[in-house]
Amino acid sequence: MATPTPSPLRARARPAEDALARIVLVGVNHRTAPVELRERVAFNEDDALRAERELRASKLVEEAVVISTCNRSEVYGVVPAHSAADAMANGGAAALEGFFSAFHGLTPETLNGSVYHHENDDAARHLFRVAAGLDSMLLGEAEILGQVRQAYMTAFANGHTGPVLNRLFQNALEIGKRVRTETEIGTRPMSAAFAAVKLAEQIFGKLRAHRGLILGAGTMGEQLAAHLRDRGMTRIQVANRSLERGLDLANRVAGEAVAWSDLHRVLELPDIVVASVGGDAPVLTRVLVEEAMHARGDRAMFVIDLGVPRNVEPGVADVYNVFLYTIDDLTQIVEQNKDARAKEIPRAEALITEQLAKFQAWQAGLRSAALLAELRDALQHAREDFLRRHADEMKNLAPEDRERVGRLAAELIDTILEQPATRLRGEKELRRKLEEIEALRRLFGLDKDAP
Amino acid sequence: MNSFLDNLVLAFYVVSLGLHIWFLYTDSRFIGRLGTLCLAGGVVAHYFALLSRARAMNSVPYQDFYGSLSLFAWMLALTYLVIERFHRQRAVAPFVLPFVIGFVAIAMFLSPEPAAVQRTVAHGPIFALHVTINILAYAAFALSFVLSLLYLAQDRWLHDRRISSVIWRFPALDVLERMARSSAIVGVCALSIGMVLGFIWEHRLLGHYVSGDPKEIVSAVVLLVYATYLGLSRKTAWRGARACRLCVASFFLVIFSYTVVNFYWSSYHRFF
Repeated sequence: MATPTPSPLRARARPAEDALARIVLVGVNHRTAPVELRERVAFNEDDALRAERELRASKLVEEAVVISTCNRSEVYGVVPAHSAADAMANGGAAALEGFFSAFHGLTPETLNGSVYHHENDDAARHLFRVAAGLDSMLLGEAEILGQVRQAYMTAFANGHTGPVLNRLFQNALEIGKRVRTETEIGTRPMSAAFAAVKLAEQIFGKLRAHRGLILGAGTMGEQLAAHLRDRGMTRIQVANRSLERGLDLANRVAGEAVAWSDLHRVLELPDIVVASVGGDAPVLTRVLVEEAMHARGDRAMFVIDLGVPRNVEPGVADVYNVFLYTIDDLTQIVEQNKDARAKEIPRAEALITEQLAKFQAWQAGLRSAALLAELRDALQHAREDFLRRHADEMKNLAPEDRERVGRLAAELIDTILEQPATRLRGEKELRRKLEEIEALRRLFGLDKDAP
Repeated sequence: MNSFLDNLVLAFYVVSLGLHIWFLYTDSRFIGRLGTLCLAGGVVAHYFALLSRARAMNSVPYQDFYGSLSLFAWMLALTYLVIERFHRQRAVAPFVLPFVIGFVAIAMFLSPEPAAVQRTVAHGPIFALHVTINILAYAAFALSFVLSLLYLAQDRWLHDRRISSVIWRFPALDVLERMARSSAIVGVCALSIGMVLGFIWEHRLLGHYVSGDPKEIVSAVVLLVYATYLGLSRKTAWRGARACRLCVASFFLVIFSYTVVNFYWSSYHRFF
């Protein structure tokens, strides 16, 4: 499903309102709340839609998006322009926080200290960090980007977003993808099971045509089998001391159960062997593996020993074309990868800052367009007023001359506005530009909403 | 030999190397494509550079060592490009392109002007094809050598559980092995055709076959060794590191044939 693009017509329709609207975010995540609390404030898809609908109906926000994953629940809203200053002054975020707790039937005290809120640039930066996986429990995880996309698409499809959140989420999805392609934050395996599968691919390439054998029916073995299945492996056998449990696992991973006593017979077939069996003695001895390798003509075999104590004799690593990895080896790879991912954070943050500047430039563009429109309106009114007041002095003029005076006055207004308009359209020196917008607004008395 | 075209060739190859290294570091598909595009640009520009030299000499530029090196570099780049497209793997380029750049640079800066090259009596399209195809064979063998070395390095890292960040970018062992084999197949086919053309030309020129020329004997041995490698690498017991070691060892015979035999042993092949 393609991500929708914000309608430029819609964005142009109310530039003044959009320019002055404020983005507000309220939420809890794995850093601020324990899992028991996160469970209580989670939104399923229906809840999210209902919350967005109620928020907009209550006029608390004009646009709303709810993101809810196992590690976070966040509500993004756009406080309308006409009430933005008041709402913020009166604690717009607090009102949103109140809604957040009330929606889940909790008292505000229950969430006390667990809820965070951000506004405008801080809210935008937070969303960008979330989409990039920098705010995730597992740094750089890929799933969050899909979850942000899904939350936005649902809100968009139901009409709960507008120009501001459309632009904000478009930017978030863009930066989420960019961080993953331009940094290594999401490239390396972060779980032992996934590291094992990646190693298998490094040896065999695509796993579709290869065979796997799972020894034992434990959780780790099952997890690895599921990963192998996800990577296209279709022929997976399971051997367990208890055939019944082996059958259970084989059914779960769409594999085939083999009797434990047949191990020496079937060992020559698989390219990947996962050993995760209880017991003190190794189940794969060097002799057994050597026999299997001989029978399979020394084709490469990847043996993953997840057992503690070890299920595979260390000497197996010396057999030609056998690659042996223990759980410690895999854990070490994961740790290395965690460090490597953490080193990518500054690069990712720099990209986010760049994206934020882009978003701010868009907001500044809206503000300057709104300012110029208001200024032009104000000057046009002044012109009409001026011409009305001096109508008597021009009564001797022919109608076409009076019309020419009016036209010249209009041209004078355009000339006066030309320079500030050109300067405000420039993309550089954003901060100065924003200051200029505010200064002009004050100078011409257009800041009636300001305190 | 410092024409604009030669500089352009070198620039294309250097930029392509830089982009491929960047690709290896970032895994950006866009950068990888750009690298391949630059390499293709380099191959095309190199073709025209060789063509211009060939026109100036009125012969394929194999008459001197440097011209032959440039032709070899072009064949290497071309073979690599084909293998890269065929196997859809870009990660090997940073290990192949330095050779291409090195050979082109030597040819550019040390090669005499075409007019200064001493001509041999050898000429004619069959002879030109014979030499060109043999150089293609050497380039293909060089590529299979680099690929086999990469296989052995990665095999060692995986066995020793030394998993650095770069390893995830490399092609799988299985893919590297297939790439090395594909390259060796190109080499064997090219060398066989090149040798046959050599015999035909020899017969036309002299009216008989020269027996016992060291170059012919060594080339036949090279052919035999690579044919053995191709045969053994398909047998399961030889798959993997063993076959790659054989491929690496075989290439030393190619270097021997290209240098010592040409320079000192063969009276019929004392040109390039």
